[in-house]
Amino acid sequence: MSLLDYFRSTKKKSASTAKERLQIIVAHERNRRSGPDYLPQLERDILEVIRKYVDIPADQISVSLEQRSDELSVLELNVSFPDEKR
Amino acid sequence: MAKIIVVTSGKGGVGKTTSSAAIGTGLALSGHKTVIVDFDIGLRNLDLIMGCERRVVYDFVNVINGEANLKQTLIKDKRVDNLFILPASQTRDKDALTKEGVEKVLNELAKDFEFIICDSPAGIEAGAMMALYFADEAVVVTNPEVSSVRDSDRILGMLSSKSRRAERGEDAIKEHLLLTRYNPERVAKGEMLSVEDVQEILAIPLIGVIPESQAVLNASNSGQPVTLDQDSDAGQAYLDTVSRLLGNTVDFRFLTVEKKGLLKRIFGG
Repeated sequence: MSLLDYFRSTKKKSASTAKERLQIIVAHERNRRSGPDYLPQLERDILEVIRKYVDIPADQISVSLEQRSDELSVLELNVSFPDEKR
Repeated sequence: MAKIIVVTSGKGGVGKTTSSAAIGTGLALSGHKTVIVDFDIGLRNLDLIMGCERRVVYDFVNVINGEANLKQTLIKDKRVDNLFILPASQTRDKDALTKEGVEKVLNELAKDFEFIICDSPAGIEAGAMMALYFADEAVVVTNPEVSSVRDSDRILGMLSSKSRRAERGEDAIKEHLLLTRYNPERVAKGEMLSVEDVQEILAIPLIGVIPESQAVLNASNSGQPVTLDQDSDAGQAYLDTVSRLLGNTVDFRFLTVEKKGLLKRIFGG
């Protein structure tokens, strides 16, 4: 039994994979939910503007609005450009 | 004043109707006058789970439209005192439930009952929104499985933004996590999310854990809410859940693998 457990433990358990995936997607969706309604549209518009100049896939851009304090919100824009030089 | 409890989940097939029937029956068994309302318009099933499908004459939509009164429509359970069912309509009209109509019916029920259990349909469409809109408390039914947990989180967002309490700026709906179809053996093997995992992700208080159990299918086959099967693990777990809903502190059971005795090992079971 213990020998069997030893071999088993070397493989990653599917439950921990499930937990990690859930933590990421749930955090992402909560963030989106708490943000203003215009955020997804803003994200699409920014993506369109950048695409005029550089060809990037949709998942290479992320926009988030972070409430730092009562008076300060920071709009964070993260764009990964493709490797090749243009 | 009646307490309105919505049983909801987002995802379908996780045990909302089973849980509504079991919790409603448990509350009535504890002496509280309870009505279970089926909000799943077009896909009525609470009647079948409660074993009263042949006694349905009028339904929720008939009452809203003034075609029948509550007294004619409510079905009194034959096994448990203080327990009534308000069946859903089988109409295909999606807009059969209006906010005003539902409010009128709930107000009338509130005069007579201590607990109103709203059995929500799956999804986040109008029917599910209507079931949670007037709630004071919510039982979020979740399976230890990725899609169910994600959908539960979605519903938690709805509870805190789309309910009457949220719109009026009143105290938030009290949320409870009910984990169903829990299999401690698979959790021990690392093949299933544990109670702690789900709680950590959803971050709401745990009201009950119902083990995956043969008793649940047996109960629905025969139209008996599983809380009436008091010898079964699931029945006992639901009774514990009801006791916690009533404010009691009850230790959680059925969370760990049951050690099999020698006889069980030999003969199975």
